[in-house]
Amino acid sequence: MQLLFEQLLNGLQLSLTLFLLAAGLTLVFGIMGVINLAHGSLYMVGAYAGALVASKVGGFWLAVPAALAAAAVVGVAMELLVVRRLYARDHLSQVLATFGLILFFNGIIAWGVGRAPLQMDMPTLLSGFVELAPGLPYPTYRLAVMAVGVVVALGLWYVIARTRLGMLIRAGSDKREMVSALGVDIAGLFTLVFGLGALLAGLAGVMVGPIRSVQIGMGEQVLITTFVVIVVGGIGSIRGAFVGALLIGMCDTLGRAYAPMLLKLWLSGPLADGLGASLASIMIYLVMAVALVLRPRGLFPAGG
Amino acid sequence: MMLSVQSIDAAYGDAQALFGLSLDIKAGEAVTLIGRNGMGKTTTIRAIMGLTPPRAGAIHFEGQRIDGLKPHEIARRGLGLVPEGRQIFVHLSVEENLVATAANRTKGATPWTLARIFNLFPRLAERRAQSAGTLSGGEQQMLAIGRALMTNPRLLILDEATEGLAPLIRQDIWNCLAALRAQGLSILIVDRNLDELMRLADRHNVVEKGRVVWSGTSQELAAERERIEQRIGV
Repeated sequence: MQLLFEQLLNGLQLSLTLFLLAAGLTLVFGIMGVINLAHGSLYMVGAYAGALVASKVGGFWLAVPAALAAAAVVGVAMELLVVRRLYARDHLSQVLATFGLILFFNGIIAWGVGRAPLQMDMPTLLSGFVELAPGLPYPTYRLAVMAVGVVVALGLWYVIARTRLGMLIRAGSDKREMVSALGVDIAGLFTLVFGLGALLAGLAGVMVGPIRSVQIGMGEQVLITTFVVIVVGGIGSIRGAFVGALLIGMCDTLGRAYAPMLLKLWLSGPLADGLGASLASIMIYLVMAVALVLRPRGLFPAGG
Repeated sequence: MMLSVQSIDAAYGDAQALFGLSLDIKAGEAVTLIGRNGMGKTTTIRAIMGLTPPRAGAIHFEGQRIDGLKPHEIARRGLGLVPEGRQIFVHLSVEENLVATAANRTKGATPWTLARIFNLFPRLAERRAQSAGTLSGGEQQMLAIGRALMTNPRLLILDEATEGLAPLIRQDIWNCLAALRAQGLSILIVDRNLDELMRLADRHNVVEKGRVVWSGTSQELAAERERIEQRIGV
């Protein structure tokens, strides 16, 4: 029971981190029609900027704004220099160009920072445990990550549902020409949305820093999961990204925790462990397959 | 001169659609483009708005050259487009369609507000929270006009604004355009109903194969009506 509760919280924390990444990716894909494989690199940039500032300059609380700024600046530069040229291109060109960006960012970091993973210290204020129930301590830091995720989700909901920026985002990619003929600078809007997505990816990166090691390639792992999230949720939909992130984050966490245990009911120990581990690692893809059979355009198709 | 289009060429890829087309609109004037389908009326509008930039010639708006500018830069100078096919934002509510791109960049003395739009089109007020995709064709047309007015244009450009609408709704749209005209708004309109166009507008241009082949006032159009009707096929 205690393990289940802890795993549920871990799943929720993974879900909210995935949501931060999925929100930007789904907007860029849904509105601008660009497949940005380098979205994970922005997450890595956020994590590295955070870890470097935390260790060299000092302090987690300085690391967070530094990571946000670094990811946003790199994101805006990426849009202006590369992604902007890809809007009119097909998906193959987009995949090739943004894959090139992944190699570029990995190369830059290997050259400038080195290949050894960095560790980032947790802020002392958040390094303890909170006793959620008698006999159930849970790391304060993970709770804080969840709180930030919830606040960002609410903020994004507000922006999308209530502001003019949100209206223009929802007006949709099919009406780009009309939006510009009514006096809106579409290129500027796209840069803004891309920068916002980069900022959220950087936030996810710096928050994950103290939990996992900061290393080259961290973006690619999480990117694949993030794509699963937005495909399941419905490309272009923030609500879809949120629900998809919850579904995928929970399935992944609970699958890893319980698949071997459940299989032990029928199978011998080592066999169950092996099969369970494999099953856990493909769990999210099974969920995606089932979701796409039932809802080919995702759970919440954009604008639906 | 409010808008001056001087012998522009425009093309879609290799297919040239405009061949030295010229057109003038004075402040406060209502001017029409009439002609058969595929003769270049919509292309003229797209060229003016910068959506299909002209390859030759020049376009001036209030004395400043606007060809070569981006569509949003052109719109911001005070051109409001009501496009062919309405192109409303179907995923937004009626009110959001009006608000999303609203602006008062030209600093008009009595800017358009939601209240004024709803006064002009009471049917939109009843449906303000409804998704725009659920509106009837006529209501969508009213919304497209309202949306353009909310950008506070000095020149309103309408492309086939009464196309495919029921007669009663059509009359509502014409009445509304007459009211806008009376308020001093300049209008460039593409339509096929000559009676209504002669009532609304000062001058008319017949477009054929990418050129203006006849232009004149409503009286002149009335005098040559039969010949012109044959040319434009109404």
